[in-house]
Amino acid sequence: MSNYSLEVTQLTKYFGRRLIFSNLNFKFVDNGIYGVSGPNGSGKSTLVKILAGIIGANKGKVTHSINGNEIIEEKIHNHIGFVSPYLVLYEEFSAEENLMMFAKIRGVEYNKQRVDYLFEKFLLLKRKDDFVKTYSSGMKQRLKFIFALMHSPQLIILDEPTSNLDDEGKNSVYEIIREEGKKNIILIASNERNDLELCSETIFLENYKQITG
Amino acid sequence: MNSKAYNLFLKDFRSELRTRYAINALAMFIIVAISVILFSIGNEKINENLTAGLFWVVIFFTAMSGLSRAFVSEEERGTTLTLQLIASPTTVFSGKLIFNVILVFAMNAIIALLYGTLFEDFVIKNFLLFLATFVLGNIGLAVSSTIIAAIIAKAGAKGTLYPVLSFPILLPLILTCVQLTLFSFDGTSFDKSKFELAIVVSYDVIMITVSYLLFDFIWQE
Repeated sequence: MSNYSLEVTQLTKYFGRRLIFSNLNFKFVDNGIYGVSGPNGSGKSTLVKILAGIIGANKGKVTHSINGNEIIEEKIHNHIGFVSPYLVLYEEFSAEENLMMFAKIRGVEYNKQRVDYLFEKFLLLKRKDDFVKTYSSGMKQRLKFIFALMHSPQLIILDEPTSNLDDEGKNSVYEIIREEGKKNIILIASNERNDLELCSETIFLENYKQITG
Repeated sequence: MNSKAYNLFLKDFRSELRTRYAINALAMFIIVAISVILFSIGNEKINENLTAGLFWVVIFFTAMSGLSRAFVSEEERGTTLTLQLIASPTTVFSGKLIFNVILVFAMNAIIALLYGTLFEDFVIKNFLLFLATFVLGNIGLAVSSTIIAAIIAKAGAKGTLYPVLSFPILLPLILTCVQLTLFSFDGTSFDKSKFELAIVVSYDVIMITVSYLLFDFIWQE
């Protein structure tokens, strides 16, 4: 069980003069599965990128804490797992080489047992030594889940988690989301009804398009 | 931080061995540039001033043809986000800098060897001064090229923007290095080259400090 919390206060984001969302407030303290929904272009990916510290907001604050202590920005990446269709792994390396490199760059131990468990869970164990460039788009999507979960993060951000996946892949993903949701905070940004049905609480970004205060 | 940056460098090094993203561009540029200079000189005898200038011209343009790859290749392949998710900005900049420093040293050592072999007037009388210029100049070139590569990686016209942005930033370094190379040809002592050496050392210190301070802002979209 992790004592991780994510708090967002007065978060506002513009692209140029176009408002994406304004005065967004929420706090996830308990482990579980949470959702972010909204039509195409409503800012779901923008929000998850801000939460992961990849892009900045125009106003407001995102606070990541563990055991009540705020995590400094430089170290947030070690507590986050991130999956999205626009995430790309290194195609000139094999799947396992990618993951071993990532562990070293993160400065964490490569947990072979966990990685092999994840390879098996996502039906990629036999292909782990193949170059990523030989993978299909669905296999790449499954590999992204292994990348996101390999370091046992406390916050798992999933942007359109089931895109490119077949039914078997989707079932593996839903199973692992339910399993991880008991131990960690999972945030799903999606429009898929099946994805959002897993969530105990969902934020609708269309409700945050008004300029207030 | 250091071992993380070193591992990021190793990732880039292995990737380079497999993709030959920068090495091929650099090798081709060195061969073509030196061949063109040799053909255009023909049997003419060129003076030391021109030799020193041409030496740094080849170094500058070779750097422009390959050093931007550190960040541009990540952007083109779409792996920038992956890096942002696994490493802090300081680690990323340090890893890329180590890669570019090693690339610059290897590339410029080859250029110096070719010049020494093919150009009659490339005779170094004060080798220690030449070595100091070479080391300090390479560090400055690598640091500036790395931070400029990070700035232009997200831009549209990367190919044009890189030399245009690099020229004014690298000009003080290149001009001073040309002067110091000339001193090493003349056999000028270290003492008499103090002022120029101080400029290059200051340039390196300023560029390293500014790069680490700015990189956080450049790296976050």
